[in-house]
Amino acid sequence: MKRKDRSRTRGRRLTLCVGLAMMGVLVLLALLAPVVCRYDPLAQDLYAFLQPPGGDHPFGTDQLGRDMFSRVLYAARVDLSVMALAEIIPFATGVFLGMLSGYFGGRTEWLVTLAADTFIAFPYYLLVIVVAFVTGAGVQGIFITFMLVGWLVYARVARGVAAPLRASEWVASAKLMGYSDLRIIATQIFPNVLPQAVVVLMTDMAGLLAVIVTLGYLGIGVAPPTPDWGTMIAEGQGFMTSAWWLSVIPGLTVVYAGIALSCIGDGLADLWR
Amino acid sequence: MRRMNGGEAARFRQWLIRAFLRALLVVVLVTVAVFFVIRLVPGDPAVMVLGEHAAPAALDALRERLGLNLSVPAQFLRFLKNVFLRGDTGDSIKYGVSSRSLVLQFAPVTLLLVALSTLITLIMTVLLAFLAATHRDGPLDQAVRVVPAFTQGMPVFWTGLLFILLFSVKLRWFPVGGLKPGFAGMLHSLVLPAVTVSFGQIPPLVRSLRERLLEVLESDFVTTLRAARLPRRRIFLRHVLRNAFVPTLMLFSVNLSYLIGGTLVVEQVFAVRGVGRLLFEAIANRDFPLVQAVALYCAVFVVVISFLADLIAHRADPRMRS
Repeated sequence: MKRKDRSRTRGRRLTLCVGLAMMGVLVLLALLAPVVCRYDPLAQDLYAFLQPPGGDHPFGTDQLGRDMFSRVLYAARVDLSVMALAEIIPFATGVFLGMLSGYFGGRTEWLVTLAADTFIAFPYYLLVIVVAFVTGAGVQGIFITFMLVGWLVYARVARGVAAPLRASEWVASAKLMGYSDLRIIATQIFPNVLPQAVVVLMTDMAGLLAVIVTLGYLGIGVAPPTPDWGTMIAEGQGFMTSAWWLSVIPGLTVVYAGIALSCIGDGLADLWR
Repeated sequence: MRRMNGGEAARFRQWLIRAFLRALLVVVLVTVAVFFVIRLVPGDPAVMVLGEHAAPAALDALRERLGLNLSVPAQFLRFLKNVFLRGDTGDSIKYGVSSRSLVLQFAPVTLLLVALSTLITLIMTVLLAFLAATHRDGPLDQAVRVVPAFTQGMPVFWTGLLFILLFSVKLRWFPVGGLKPGFAGMLHSLVLPAVTVSFGQIPPLVRSLRERLLEVLESDFVTTLRAARLPRRRIFLRHVLRNAFVPTLMLFSVNLSYLIGGTLVVEQVFAVRGVGRLLFEAIANRDFPLVQAVALYCAVFVVVISFLADLIAHRADPRMRS
């Protein structure tokens, strides 16, 4: 049994390393895009349109002769940074509200879960689509929607960790020592909540990336001509049977990023368990 | 299902009343949220609908029709009164008929799609989780643990495109898009969209149910039942599945709003004329009342179904009642 456990831990550490390596490669390529890419992602070359992958264009070219490799990498810069930026505020508010509701219980807890129930009633995509519509197509719709709904998962996790601690002896003794509630939350509760919340952050980012790409696909996300995986898939849809790479390669990149994030999340979860 | 004794029944009734009131409160808050989300529009909605060069008289008329000439609190009261007293969510600007009748007209296809994908999701979840849990560490069990990592970040519309390419274009099993006439034709056309919606839902549910099944299978009471030489199938169906299913049902109810959101997007990919189509057309036409109505009805639907799922869970598992 012990031996099996150990080999499993090693397996999980491997998962984490694989995830970090996969994500690292993608982020590095995105950062170095201006150096790595031989073509401008917006430069059209009508003599070389719809070239299949290979040779000069490792991912082929699109219907306007734009180099798909450059476009995929430049899209990574846009999509990955929107993903990371959109998570900051929901992560912070969710963890904070969840800790409050778990720590104080009673009315605070009731209020926070009521707010959570209200927002969870909206089909996620519906809310994103409506907010994107109201705020005008573009990235700001994603930020606003995510501020409204993104905190829910973190609040749930933080509450789950904080609630059992409320009755624990060390919180009681911290209170006896005259620590303020806020100080107890910051020094006793937060360090316990953080690892769990970071694990959730990884899986949540994979989901958010899918949302960003979906909005691009629907024409209410990142606006063209800025390269974005979603708009690229939408543009390629018309060429599905003749030039599969236009839709398939950007989609595979999204899946690749999602797998990397899941591996990091799973690996961290087991490392900190 | 086992009958409840008096004390249990009283407690259940108490829970039921409280859960119902809470669901009602959520519906009210959802309505408030819909009202204010639509008010996030920067600038004048009338200008947004008619364009910047519209005649002032036309703008005034539209403002009057939408009630925009009133103060925000007055608009809010009017909105609440119309929704709760008359079930009236306003007239569509584009079609000039009540938004409720439009939603009801487009709802059956979407409901059928949601029902179909729910059915596929539940059947596949139970089947896969059962096979994985009974053949522990076998190839399927390994797969069940790994696959969620692959499907998690997979945009639902992209899965749909791949399915169209494989099953409709290459194998020609299903139509590429749209709805074939007749009920059977409609069902045939909806299979692939339903599978697409389910595809992303199943892996996390299987993972959760598998874990619960293993817990229950290893528990003492199952060992006792086995020792009593009860048939394996009976042990599984009557005792194990019932114990393991409640948490999965709860997870499913939490995922429901994702399922419906996914349905709206998938309708777009497969050119199915349902509520999702209605929503996108309303957005393209800047038809505020219609967008508002679609959001409201979808949200209320989610609240109702989660309430029912809670109800089933509480009836099926006495532990939920404490």
